[in-house]
Amino acid sequence: MEKSTVFNNRLLPYLLLFPQLVVIIVFFYWPASQAVWQSFLREDAFGLVSEFVGFENYQALFAQPEYYRSMLTTAIFSSLVATLSLSIALLFATQADKNLKAAGAYKTLMIWPYAVAPAVAGVLWFFMFQPSLGMLARPLRGMGVDWNPLLNSTHAMILVVMASVWKQISYNFLFFLAGLQSIPRSVIEAGAIDGAGPMRRFWTIVFPLLSPTTFFLLVVNVVYVFFDTFGIIDAVTGGGPAGSTTTMVYKVYADGRLGGDLGGSAAQSVVLMVIVIALTAIQFRYVERKVQY
Amino acid sequence: MVEHRPLSDFIAYAILTLGVFIVAFPVYLALIASTHDAATVVGGRMPATPGSQTLENYYRAIFVGGSRTSREPVGHMLMNSLISAIGIAVGKILISILSAYAVVYFRFPFRKAAFWIIFITLMLPVEVRIYPTYKVVADLGMLDTYAGLILPLIASATGTLLFRQFFMTVPDELLEASRIDGAGPFRFFWDTLLPLSVTTTAALFVIQFIYGWNQYLWPLLITTQDSMQTIVTGIKKMLVTTDELAEWQLAMATTILAMLPPVAVVVFMQRLFVRGLVETEK
Repeated sequence: MEKSTVFNNRLLPYLLLFPQLVVIIVFFYWPASQAVWQSFLREDAFGLVSEFVGFENYQALFAQPEYYRSMLTTAIFSSLVATLSLSIALLFATQADKNLKAAGAYKTLMIWPYAVAPAVAGVLWFFMFQPSLGMLARPLRGMGVDWNPLLNSTHAMILVVMASVWKQISYNFLFFLAGLQSIPRSVIEAGAIDGAGPMRRFWTIVFPLLSPTTFFLLVVNVVYVFFDTFGIIDAVTGGGPAGSTTTMVYKVYADGRLGGDLGGSAAQSVVLMVIVIALTAIQFRYVERKVQY
Repeated sequence: MVEHRPLSDFIAYAILTLGVFIVAFPVYLALIASTHDAATVVGGRMPATPGSQTLENYYRAIFVGGSRTSREPVGHMLMNSLISAIGIAVGKILISILSAYAVVYFRFPFRKAAFWIIFITLMLPVEVRIYPTYKVVADLGMLDTYAGLILPLIASATGTLLFRQFFMTVPDELLEASRIDGAGPFRFFWDTLLPLSVTTTAALFVIQFIYGWNQYLWPLLITTQDSMQTIVTGIKKMLVTTDELAEWQLAMATTILAMLPPVAVVVFMQRLFVRGLVETEK
Protein backbone atom coordinates (compact mmCIF):
# COMPACT_ATOMS: atom_id res chain seq x y z
CA MET A 1 0.00 0.00 0.00
CA GLU A 2 1.43 3.34 -1.02
CA LYS A 3 0.12 6.88 -1.09
CA SER A 4 -0.70 8.10 -4.59
CA THR A 5 -0.18 11.77 -3.76
CA VAL A 6 3.11 12.74 -2.16
CA PHE A 7 5.40 15.71 -1.66
CA ASN A 8 8.47 16.09 -3.83
CA ASN A 9 11.04 17.69 -1.55
CA ARG A 10 14.58 16.44 -1.86
CA LEU A 11 16.10 17.29 1.48
CA LEU A 12 13.13 17.42 3.82
CA PRO A 13 12.45 13.65 4.15
CA TYR A 14 16.05 13.07 5.23
CA LEU A 15 15.77 15.82 7.83
CA LEU A 16 12.58 14.24 9.15
CA LEU A 17 14.21 10.83 9.37
CA PHE A 18 17.41 12.18 10.88
CA PRO A 19 16.54 12.16 14.62
CA GLN A 20 15.15 8.64 14.53
CA LEU A 21 18.03 7.27 12.50
CA VAL A 22 20.63 8.88 14.77
CA VAL A 23 19.03 7.40 17.90
CA ILE A 24 18.68 3.98 16.30
CA ILE A 25 22.19 3.87 14.90
CA VAL A 26 23.88 5.08 18.09
CA PHE A 27 21.80 3.13 20.59
CA PHE A 28 20.72 0.10 18.58
CA TYR A 29 22.94 -0.80 15.63
CA TRP A 30 26.22 0.26 17.17
CA PRO A 31 25.69 -1.71 20.43
CA ALA A 32 24.19 -4.69 18.61
CA SER A 33 27.17 -4.92 16.27
CA GLN A 34 29.50 -4.41 19.22
CA ALA A 35 27.87 -7.40 20.90
CA VAL A 36 28.57 -9.52 17.85
CA TRP A 37 32.16 -8.25 17.55
CA GLN A 38 32.84 -8.61 21.26
CA SER A 39 31.65 -12.20 21.21
CA PHE A 40 34.76 -12.98 19.14
CA LEU A 41 37.15 -11.20 21.52
CA ARG A 42 38.69 -12.03 24.84
CA GLU A 43 39.57 -9.22 27.22
CA ASP A 44 42.17 -9.53 29.92
CA ALA A 45 41.15 -9.03 33.54
CA PHE A 46 41.55 -5.28 33.40
CA GLY A 47 39.76 -4.77 30.09
CA LEU A 48 42.90 -3.17 28.63
CA VAL A 49 43.90 -5.66 25.99
CA SER A 50 41.57 -7.71 23.89
CA GLU A 51 42.47 -10.29 21.31
CA PHE A 52 40.51 -11.95 18.56
CA VAL A 53 39.73 -15.50 19.57
CA GLY A 54 37.28 -16.62 16.88
CA PHE A 55 34.57 -18.92 18.16
CA GLU A 56 36.32 -19.65 21.47
CA ASN A 57 33.74 -17.78 23.51
CA TYR A 58 30.99 -19.80 21.91
CA GLN A 59 32.87 -23.04 22.45
CA ALA A 60 33.42 -22.13 26.09
CA LEU A 61 29.77 -21.19 26.40
CA PHE A 62 28.47 -24.45 25.01
CA ALA A 63 30.90 -26.40 27.16
CA GLN A 64 29.39 -24.91 30.32
CA PRO A 65 26.88 -27.14 32.11
CA GLU A 66 25.43 -23.94 33.64
CA TYR A 67 24.49 -22.64 30.21
CA TYR A 68 22.45 -25.74 29.38
CA ARG A 69 20.92 -25.45 32.81
CA SER A 70 19.86 -21.86 32.15
CA MET A 71 18.36 -23.02 28.83
CA LEU A 72 16.42 -25.73 30.63
CA THR A 73 15.32 -23.25 33.31
CA THR A 74 14.15 -20.85 30.62
CA ALA A 75 12.26 -23.63 28.83
CA ILE A 76 10.51 -24.83 32.00
CA PHE A 77 9.81 -21.30 33.12
CA SER A 78 8.36 -20.16 29.78
CA SER A 79 6.17 -23.20 29.30
CA LEU A 80 4.77 -22.96 32.82
CA VAL A 81 4.11 -19.22 32.64
CA ALA A 82 2.67 -19.30 29.12
CA THR A 83 0.41 -22.29 29.78
CA LEU A 84 -0.88 -21.04 33.12
CA SER A 85 -1.36 -17.41 32.25
CA LEU A 86 -3.02 -18.23 28.92
CA SER A 87 -5.44 -20.76 30.36
CA ILE A 88 -6.37 -18.68 33.41
CA ALA A 89 -6.84 -15.58 31.26
CA LEU A 90 -8.96 -17.52 28.77
CA LEU A 91 -11.18 -18.78 31.58
CA PHE A 92 -11.74 -15.25 32.87
CA ALA A 93 -12.21 -13.82 29.37
CA THR A 94 -14.88 -16.36 28.43
CA GLN A 95 -16.79 -15.45 31.59
CA ALA A 96 -16.45 -11.72 30.95
CA ASP A 97 -17.67 -12.28 27.38
CA LYS A 98 -21.08 -13.39 28.67
CA ASN A 99 -23.70 -10.66 28.64
CA LEU A 100 -23.15 -9.52 32.20
CA LYS A 101 -24.32 -6.21 33.59
CA ALA A 102 -21.06 -5.58 35.39
CA ALA A 103 -18.81 -6.73 32.53
CA GLY A 104 -17.23 -3.28 32.11
CA ALA A 105 -16.34 -2.99 35.79
CA TYR A 106 -14.84 -6.48 35.82
CA LYS A 107 -12.76 -5.64 32.77
CA THR A 108 -11.25 -2.61 34.51
CA LEU A 109 -10.62 -4.65 37.66
CA MET A 110 -8.84 -7.34 35.65
CA ILE A 111 -6.54 -5.27 33.46
CA TRP A 112 -4.80 -2.88 35.82
CA PRO A 113 -1.94 -5.24 36.82
CA TYR A 114 -0.57 -4.62 33.34
CA ALA A 115 0.68 -1.32 34.74
CA VAL A 116 2.57 -2.90 37.64
CA ALA A 117 6.30 -3.10 36.95
CA PRO A 118 7.67 -6.65 36.87
CA ALA A 119 10.13 -5.80 39.63
CA VAL A 120 7.29 -4.45 41.76
CA ALA A 121 5.22 -7.57 41.11
CA GLY A 122 8.21 -9.59 42.27
CA VAL A 123 8.48 -7.62 45.50
CA LEU A 124 4.73 -8.03 46.16
CA TRP A 125 4.89 -11.80 45.79
CA PHE A 126 8.12 -12.10 47.72
CA PHE A 127 6.48 -10.20 50.58
CA MET A 128 3.60 -12.68 50.69
CA PHE A 129 5.84 -15.72 50.62
CA GLN A 130 8.92 -14.53 52.48
CA PRO A 131 9.61 -17.51 54.78
CA SER A 132 9.71 -15.71 58.14
CA LEU A 133 7.15 -12.93 57.77
CA GLY A 134 5.08 -13.73 54.66
CA MET A 135 1.35 -13.81 55.32
CA LEU A 136 0.95 -16.86 53.10
CA ALA A 137 4.21 -18.55 54.04
CA ARG A 138 3.15 -19.00 57.67
CA PRO A 139 0.01 -21.03 56.93
CA LEU A 140 2.10 -23.14 54.53
CA ARG A 141 4.62 -23.83 57.26
CA GLY A 142 1.75 -24.47 59.65
CA MET A 143 0.58 -27.23 57.31
CA GLY A 144 3.97 -28.83 57.62
CA VAL A 145 5.46 -27.64 54.32
CA ASP A 146 9.05 -26.60 54.86
CA TRP A 147 8.47 -23.54 52.68
CA ASN A 148 11.61 -21.59 51.87
CA PRO A 149 12.09 -20.04 48.43
CA LEU A 150 15.44 -18.66 49.59
CA LEU A 151 16.90 -22.14 49.95
CA ASN A 152 14.67 -24.53 48.03
CA SER A 153 15.00 -24.42 44.23
CA THR A 154 11.52 -25.76 43.53
CA HIS A 155 9.92 -23.28 45.89
CA ALA A 156 11.88 -20.44 44.29
CA MET A 157 10.71 -21.48 40.82
CA ILE A 158 7.08 -21.77 42.00
CA LEU A 159 7.22 -18.29 43.45
CA VAL A 160 8.76 -16.72 40.34
CA VAL A 161 6.21 -18.49 38.13
CA MET A 162 3.29 -17.30 40.28
CA ALA A 163 4.45 -13.69 40.20
CA SER A 164 5.03 -13.82 36.42
CA VAL A 165 1.64 -15.41 35.75
CA TRP A 166 -0.10 -12.88 38.00
CA LYS A 167 1.46 -10.03 36.07
CA GLN A 168 0.65 -11.46 32.63
CA ILE A 169 -3.00 -12.48 33.14
CA SER A 170 -4.27 -8.95 32.49
CA TYR A 171 -2.57 -8.69 29.11
CA ASN A 172 -3.80 -12.08 27.92
CA PHE A 173 -7.27 -11.37 29.30
CA LEU A 174 -7.54 -8.17 27.31
CA PHE A 175 -6.56 -9.79 24.02
CA PHE A 176 -8.68 -12.90 24.57
CA LEU A 177 -11.69 -10.75 25.38
CA ALA A 178 -11.18 -8.70 22.22
CA GLY A 179 -10.77 -11.93 20.24
CA LEU A 180 -13.93 -13.44 21.72
CA GLN A 181 -15.93 -10.32 21.04
CA SER A 182 -14.92 -10.30 17.40
CA ILE A 183 -16.37 -13.78 16.80
CA PRO A 184 -19.70 -13.28 14.99
CA ARG A 185 -22.67 -14.13 17.17
CA SER A 186 -24.40 -15.74 14.20
CA VAL A 187 -21.84 -18.57 14.10
CA ILE A 188 -22.44 -19.38 17.74
CA GLU A 189 -26.19 -19.13 17.30
CA ALA A 190 -26.01 -21.54 14.38
CA GLY A 191 -24.21 -23.99 16.67
CA ALA A 192 -26.89 -23.54 19.31
CA ILE A 193 -29.68 -24.19 16.80
CA ASP A 194 -27.95 -27.42 15.83
CA GLY A 195 -28.19 -28.41 19.46
CA ALA A 196 -24.62 -27.89 20.68
CA GLY A 197 -24.36 -27.03 24.39
CA PRO A 198 -22.10 -24.27 25.75
CA MET A 199 -19.06 -26.55 26.24
CA ARG A 200 -19.35 -28.14 22.82
CA ARG A 201 -19.80 -24.71 21.22
CA PHE A 202 -16.70 -23.47 22.96
CA TRP A 203 -14.41 -26.31 21.89
CA THR A 204 -15.70 -26.79 18.36
CA ILE A 205 -16.52 -23.20 17.34
CA VAL A 206 -15.10 -20.54 19.64
CA PHE A 207 -11.71 -22.05 20.44
CA PRO A 208 -10.73 -22.78 16.80
CA LEU A 209 -11.87 -19.31 15.75
CA LEU A 210 -9.79 -17.86 18.55
CA SER A 211 -6.61 -19.60 17.36
CA PRO A 212 -5.02 -16.50 15.75
CA THR A 213 -5.29 -14.66 19.08
CA THR A 214 -4.02 -17.67 20.99
CA PHE A 215 -1.03 -18.10 18.74
CA PHE A 216 -0.19 -14.42 18.79
CA LEU A 217 -0.40 -14.46 22.60
CA LEU A 218 1.74 -17.57 22.81
CA VAL A 219 4.61 -15.83 21.02
CA VAL A 220 4.14 -12.61 23.00
CA ASN A 221 4.14 -14.59 26.25
CA VAL A 222 7.34 -16.42 25.39
CA VAL A 223 9.02 -13.11 24.59
CA TYR A 224 7.63 -11.73 27.87
CA VAL A 225 9.10 -14.61 29.84
CA PHE A 226 12.45 -14.23 28.11
CA PHE A 227 12.88 -10.51 28.74
CA ASP A 228 10.33 -8.80 30.94
CA THR A 229 10.56 -11.27 33.79
CA PHE A 230 14.09 -10.10 34.51
CA GLY A 231 12.74 -7.69 37.12
CA ILE A 232 10.66 -10.39 38.80
CA ILE A 233 13.58 -12.79 39.04
CA ASP A 234 15.96 -10.14 40.29
CA ALA A 235 13.50 -8.99 42.96
CA VAL A 236 12.39 -12.43 44.13
CA THR A 237 15.41 -14.72 43.91
CA GLY A 238 18.33 -12.93 42.28
CA GLY A 239 18.69 -15.99 40.04
CA GLY A 240 19.19 -18.33 42.99
CA PRO A 241 19.17 -20.44 45.03
CA ALA A 242 22.26 -21.96 43.41
CA GLY A 243 21.33 -20.69 39.96
CA SER A 244 18.01 -22.52 39.87
CA THR A 245 16.04 -19.50 38.60
CA THR A 246 18.77 -18.11 36.34
CA THR A 247 17.20 -17.73 32.92
CA MET A 248 19.25 -17.04 29.79
CA VAL A 249 18.69 -13.29 30.01
CA TYR A 250 19.50 -13.26 33.70
CA LYS A 251 22.74 -15.10 32.94
CA VAL A 252 23.76 -12.48 30.36
CA TYR A 253 23.36 -9.89 33.10
CA ALA A 254 25.00 -11.91 35.87
CA ASP A 255 28.01 -13.07 33.81
CA GLY A 256 28.73 -9.62 32.44
CA ARG A 257 28.30 -7.68 35.65
CA LEU A 258 29.23 -9.94 38.50
CA GLY A 259 31.57 -12.24 36.61
CA GLY A 260 33.05 -9.58 34.35
CA ASP A 261 33.14 -12.11 31.50
CA LEU A 262 32.17 -9.67 28.74
CA GLY A 263 33.13 -11.92 25.82
CA GLY A 264 31.06 -14.78 27.20
CA SER A 265 28.21 -12.44 28.00
CA ALA A 266 28.32 -11.04 24.45
CA ALA A 267 28.28 -14.55 22.99
CA GLN A 268 25.17 -15.25 25.06
CA SER A 269 23.61 -12.03 23.78
CA VAL A 270 24.19 -13.18 20.22
CA VAL A 271 22.60 -16.57 20.91
CA LEU A 272 19.60 -14.75 22.39
CA MET A 273 19.38 -12.45 19.37
CA VAL A 274 19.17 -15.47 17.10
CA ILE A 275 16.41 -16.96 19.25
CA VAL A 276 14.38 -13.73 19.30
CA ILE A 277 14.74 -13.21 15.56
CA ALA A 278 13.58 -16.78 15.00
CA LEU A 279 10.58 -16.23 17.27
CA THR A 280 9.65 -13.02 15.47
CA ALA A 281 10.02 -14.72 12.10
CA ILE A 282 7.75 -17.56 13.23
CA GLN A 283 5.23 -15.01 14.41
CA PHE A 284 5.17 -13.20 11.07
CA ARG A 285 5.07 -16.36 9.04
CA TYR A 286 2.49 -18.39 10.86
CA VAL A 287 0.16 -15.86 12.42
CA GLU A 288 -0.96 -14.79 9.00
CA ARG A 289 -1.14 -18.09 7.17
CA LYS A 290 -1.39 -21.31 9.07
CA VAL A 291 -3.80 -20.40 11.78
CA GLN A 292 -7.44 -20.79 11.00
CA TYR A 293 -9.62 -17.74 10.67
CA MET B 1 -27.23 -14.11 23.23
CA VAL B 2 -27.95 -17.67 22.40
CA GLU B 3 -29.53 -18.76 25.61
CA HIS B 4 -29.76 -17.11 28.95
CA ARG B 5 -29.30 -19.26 31.98
CA PRO B 6 -29.25 -17.70 35.42
CA LEU B 7 -26.86 -20.42 36.58
CA SER B 8 -24.35 -19.58 33.85
CA ASP B 9 -24.42 -15.92 34.89
CA PHE B 10 -23.93 -16.90 38.50
CA ILE B 11 -20.89 -19.03 37.63
CA ALA B 12 -19.49 -16.18 35.56
CA TYR B 13 -19.82 -13.73 38.43
CA ALA B 14 -18.28 -16.23 40.84
CA ILE B 15 -15.26 -16.92 38.62
CA LEU B 16 -14.69 -13.25 37.80
CA THR B 17 -14.96 -12.24 41.43
CA LEU B 18 -12.41 -14.88 42.29
CA GLY B 19 -10.20 -13.52 39.52
CA VAL B 20 -10.47 -9.96 40.77
CA PHE B 21 -9.65 -11.19 44.26
CA ILE B 22 -6.51 -13.04 43.07
CA VAL B 23 -5.42 -10.02 41.09
CA ALA B 24 -5.98 -7.58 43.95
CA PHE B 25 -4.81 -9.63 46.92
CA PRO B 26 -1.02 -9.04 46.71
CA VAL B 27 -1.58 -5.32 46.37
CA TYR B 28 -4.08 -5.30 49.24
CA LEU B 29 -1.50 -6.95 51.50
CA ALA B 30 1.13 -4.39 50.50
CA LEU B 31 -1.32 -1.60 51.18
CA ILE B 32 -2.09 -3.00 54.64
CA ALA B 33 1.60 -3.51 55.41
CA SER B 34 2.28 0.11 54.54
CA THR B 35 -0.06 1.24 57.33
CA HIS B 36 1.50 -0.69 60.22
CA ASP B 37 4.67 -0.17 62.21
CA ALA B 38 7.82 -2.16 61.54
CA ALA B 39 7.41 -4.59 64.43
CA THR B 40 3.89 -5.65 63.39
CA VAL B 41 4.97 -6.36 59.81
CA VAL B 42 8.17 -8.17 60.68
CA GLY B 43 6.46 -10.20 63.39
CA GLY B 44 4.56 -11.99 60.64
CA ARG B 45 1.23 -11.62 62.45
CA MET B 46 0.00 -8.65 60.52
CA PRO B 47 -3.78 -8.14 60.83
CA ALA B 48 -5.90 -7.99 57.67
CA THR B 49 -7.10 -4.48 58.47
CA PRO B 50 -5.25 -1.15 58.16
CA GLY B 51 -3.11 0.07 61.03
CA SER B 52 -2.49 3.55 62.38
CA GLN B 53 0.94 4.34 60.95
CA THR B 54 -0.19 5.32 57.46
CA LEU B 55 0.75 8.97 57.47
CA GLU B 56 3.99 8.43 59.30
CA ASN B 57 5.11 5.61 56.96
CA TYR B 58 4.33 7.51 53.78
CA TYR B 59 5.83 10.71 55.15
CA ARG B 60 9.05 8.90 56.04
CA ALA B 61 9.18 7.03 52.76
CA ILE B 62 8.68 10.12 50.64
CA PHE B 63 10.62 12.79 52.51
CA VAL B 64 13.01 11.20 55.01
CA GLY B 65 14.14 7.79 53.77
CA GLY B 66 14.96 4.67 55.71
CA SER B 67 17.02 4.74 58.85
CA ARG B 68 18.72 1.36 58.66
CA THR B 69 19.62 1.36 55.01
CA SER B 70 21.26 4.54 53.91
CA ARG B 71 19.32 5.68 50.92
CA GLU B 72 17.52 8.56 49.30
CA PRO B 73 13.95 9.47 50.17
CA VAL B 74 11.41 8.27 47.62
CA GLY B 75 10.22 11.74 46.66
CA HIS B 76 13.33 12.23 44.60
CA MET B 77 13.06 8.83 42.95
CA LEU B 78 9.45 9.58 41.99
CA MET B 79 10.67 12.71 40.26
CA ASN B 80 13.36 10.75 38.37
CA SER B 81 10.80 8.16 37.30
CA LEU B 82 8.40 10.85 36.15
CA ILE B 83 11.06 12.69 34.14
CA SER B 84 12.36 9.56 32.43
CA ALA B 85 8.88 8.13 31.74
CA ILE B 86 7.66 11.37 30.19
CA GLY B 87 10.97 11.78 28.37
CA ILE B 88 10.67 8.30 26.88
CA ALA B 89 7.04 8.81 25.84
CA VAL B 90 7.53 12.29 24.35
CA GLY B 91 10.89 11.46 22.77
CA LYS B 92 9.54 8.37 21.08
CA ILE B 93 6.47 10.20 19.79
CA LEU B 94 8.58 13.05 18.40
CA ILE B 95 11.12 11.00 16.51
CA SER B 96 8.62 8.47 15.25
CA ILE B 97 5.90 10.84 14.03
CA LEU B 98 8.53 12.69 11.96
CA SER B 99 10.06 9.56 10.48
CA ALA B 100 6.65 8.06 9.71
CA TYR B 101 5.69 11.30 7.95
CA ALA B 102 8.83 11.05 5.82
CA VAL B 103 8.26 7.40 4.94
CA VAL B 104 4.58 7.78 4.05
CA TYR B 105 4.33 11.22 2.43
CA PHE B 106 7.60 11.51 0.50
CA ARG B 107 9.32 9.59 -2.25
CA PHE B 108 13.09 9.62 -2.08
CA PRO B 109 16.05 7.35 -2.74
CA PHE B 110 16.67 4.80 0.07
CA ARG B 111 13.12 5.18 1.38
CA LYS B 112 12.62 1.41 1.61
CA ALA B 113 16.06 0.99 3.15
CA ALA B 114 15.32 3.60 5.80
CA PHE B 115 12.07 1.86 6.61
CA TRP B 116 13.77 -1.49 7.04
CA ILE B 117 16.56 -0.02 9.14
CA ILE B 118 13.88 1.23 11.50
CA PHE B 119 11.73 -1.87 11.27
CA ILE B 120 14.46 -4.32 12.29
CA THR B 121 14.82 -2.66 15.70
CA LEU B 122 11.49 -4.24 16.64
CA MET B 123 13.21 -7.56 17.00
CA LEU B 124 15.76 -6.95 19.72
CA PRO B 125 14.78 -5.62 23.13
CA VAL B 126 17.37 -3.66 25.06
CA GLU B 127 18.00 -6.61 27.41
CA VAL B 128 19.77 -8.50 24.63
CA ARG B 129 22.39 -5.85 23.93
CA ILE B 130 22.64 -4.58 27.46
CA TYR B 131 26.41 -4.32 28.03
CA PRO B 132 27.39 -2.93 24.64
CA THR B 133 24.65 -0.30 25.05
CA TYR B 134 26.00 0.43 28.50
CA LYS B 135 29.45 0.94 27.01
CA VAL B 136 28.15 3.30 24.33
CA VAL B 137 26.30 5.34 26.92
CA ALA B 138 29.37 5.40 29.15
CA ASP B 139 31.61 6.50 26.26
CA LEU B 140 29.21 9.32 25.50
CA GLY B 141 29.44 10.42 29.15
CA MET B 142 25.76 9.80 29.72
CA LEU B 143 25.90 7.59 32.82
CA ASP B 144 23.77 9.05 35.62
CA THR B 145 22.03 11.45 33.27
CA TYR B 146 18.43 11.67 32.10
CA ALA B 147 19.61 11.42 28.50
CA GLY B 148 21.24 8.08 29.35
CA LEU B 149 18.04 6.88 31.00
CA ILE B 150 15.86 7.94 28.08
CA LEU B 151 17.61 7.70 24.70
CA PRO B 152 18.47 3.98 24.50
CA LEU B 153 14.87 3.12 25.36
CA ILE B 154 13.39 5.12 22.50
CA ALA B 155 15.56 3.41 19.88
CA SER B 156 12.79 1.19 18.56
CA ALA B 157 10.29 1.09 15.74
CA THR B 158 6.97 0.62 17.53
CA GLY B 159 5.99 4.28 17.31
CA THR B 160 7.03 4.66 13.68
CA LEU B 161 4.98 1.64 12.66
CA LEU B 162 1.97 2.88 14.59
CA PHE B 163 2.04 6.31 12.96
CA ARG B 164 2.75 4.84 9.54
CA GLN B 165 -0.27 2.60 9.87
CA PHE B 166 -2.41 5.53 10.91
CA PHE B 167 -1.17 7.83 8.14
CA MET B 168 -2.03 5.17 5.57
CA THR B 169 -5.67 5.37 6.65
CA VAL B 170 -5.81 9.15 6.17
CA PRO B 171 -7.67 9.78 2.87
CA ASP B 172 -5.50 11.04 -0.02
CA GLU B 173 -8.13 13.66 -0.80
CA LEU B 174 -7.05 15.62 2.27
CA LEU B 175 -3.55 16.05 0.91
CA GLU B 176 -4.84 16.90 -2.57
CA ALA B 177 -7.17 19.50 -1.07
CA SER B 178 -4.43 21.12 0.99
CA ARG B 179 -2.12 21.22 -1.99
CA ILE B 180 -4.77 22.98 -4.03
CA ASP B 181 -4.98 25.47 -1.16
CA GLY B 182 -1.23 25.94 -1.58
CA ALA B 183 -0.13 24.17 1.60
CA GLY B 184 3.42 22.82 1.75
CA PRO B 185 4.60 19.84 3.78
CA PHE B 186 4.86 21.89 6.99
CA ARG B 187 1.35 23.34 6.77
CA PHE B 188 -0.19 20.00 5.84
CA PHE B 189 1.53 18.31 8.77
CA TRP B 190 0.65 21.01 11.26
CA ASP B 191 -2.89 21.94 10.18
CA THR B 192 -4.22 18.62 8.91
CA LEU B 193 -2.23 15.56 9.90
CA LEU B 194 -1.37 16.45 13.49
CA PRO B 195 -4.94 17.28 14.58
CA LEU B 196 -6.08 13.97 13.07
CA SER B 197 -3.37 12.07 14.96
CA VAL B 198 -4.32 13.25 18.44
CA THR B 199 -5.92 10.00 19.58
CA THR B 200 -3.17 7.81 18.16
CA THR B 201 -0.55 10.02 19.79
CA ALA B 202 -2.33 9.94 23.15
CA ALA B 203 -2.65 6.15 22.98
CA LEU B 204 1.06 5.80 22.23
CA PHE B 205 1.87 8.21 25.05
CA VAL B 206 -0.07 6.10 27.56
CA ILE B 207 1.68 2.88 26.54
CA GLN B 208 5.14 4.43 26.45
CA PHE B 209 4.63 6.17 29.78
CA ILE B 210 3.89 2.84 31.44
CA TYR B 211 6.79 1.20 29.61
CA GLY B 212 9.18 3.95 30.69
CA TRP B 213 7.98 4.10 34.27
CA ASN B 214 8.36 0.35 34.73
CA GLN B 215 11.90 0.02 33.37
CA TYR B 216 14.16 -1.90 35.72
CA LEU B 217 17.28 -3.46 34.22
CA TRP B 218 18.43 -0.42 32.27
CA PRO B 219 18.15 2.17 35.08
CA LEU B 220 19.70 -0.35 37.44
CA LEU B 221 22.80 -0.56 35.24
CA ILE B 222 23.38 3.04 34.28
CA THR B 223 22.58 4.85 37.51
CA THR B 224 25.36 4.63 40.04
CA GLN B 225 24.40 7.62 42.17
CA ASP B 226 21.42 7.27 44.47
CA SER B 227 20.23 10.68 43.38
CA MET B 228 19.54 9.39 39.84
CA GLN B 229 17.77 6.13 40.59
CA THR B 230 14.15 5.56 39.69
CA ILE B 231 11.56 4.32 42.15
CA VAL B 232 11.26 0.85 40.62
CA THR B 233 14.99 0.23 41.04
CA GLY B 234 14.96 1.86 44.48
CA ILE B 235 12.57 -0.66 46.07
CA LYS B 236 14.93 -3.56 45.55
CA LYS B 237 17.74 -1.70 47.26
CA MET B 238 15.56 -1.15 50.32
CA LEU B 239 15.29 -4.89 50.73
CA VAL B 240 18.97 -5.69 50.33
CA THR B 241 19.72 -6.04 54.01
CA THR B 242 19.24 -9.07 56.17
CA ASP B 243 15.53 -9.80 56.11
CA GLU B 244 14.88 -9.04 59.73
CA LEU B 245 16.38 -5.59 59.32
CA ALA B 246 14.63 -4.55 56.13
CA GLU B 247 12.03 -1.90 56.82
CA TRP B 248 9.19 -3.70 55.13
CA GLN B 249 6.54 -1.14 56.02
CA LEU B 250 8.53 1.56 54.17
CA ALA B 251 9.34 -0.78 51.31
CA MET B 252 5.65 -1.56 50.91
CA ALA B 253 4.71 2.13 51.05
CA THR B 254 7.29 2.67 48.28
CA THR B 255 5.82 -0.24 46.31
CA ILE B 256 2.38 1.34 46.48
CA LEU B 257 3.79 4.70 45.40
CA ALA B 258 5.67 3.02 42.55
CA MET B 259 2.56 1.48 41.07
CA LEU B 260 0.15 4.33 41.67
CA PRO B 261 0.95 6.53 38.62
CA PRO B 262 0.93 3.81 35.92
CA VAL B 263 -2.10 2.06 37.42
CA ALA B 264 -3.95 5.38 37.55
CA VAL B 265 -3.12 5.90 33.89
CA VAL B 266 -4.57 2.50 32.96
CA VAL B 267 -7.72 2.94 35.04
CA PHE B 268 -8.53 6.53 34.10
CA MET B 269 -7.44 6.40 30.47
CA GLN B 270 -8.61 2.88 29.84
CA ARG B 271 -9.88 3.51 26.33
CA LEU B 272 -6.63 5.09 25.16
CA PHE B 273 -4.65 2.39 26.94
CA VAL B 274 -6.51 -0.47 25.27
CA ARG B 275 -6.24 1.22 21.91
CA GLY B 276 -2.53 1.82 22.30
CA LEU B 277 -1.88 -1.71 23.47
CA VAL B 278 -3.80 -3.35 20.66
CA GLU B 279 -2.41 -1.09 17.95
CA THR B 280 1.25 -1.21 18.92
CA GLU B 281 1.10 -5.00 18.84
CA LYS B 282 -0.25 -5.26 15.31
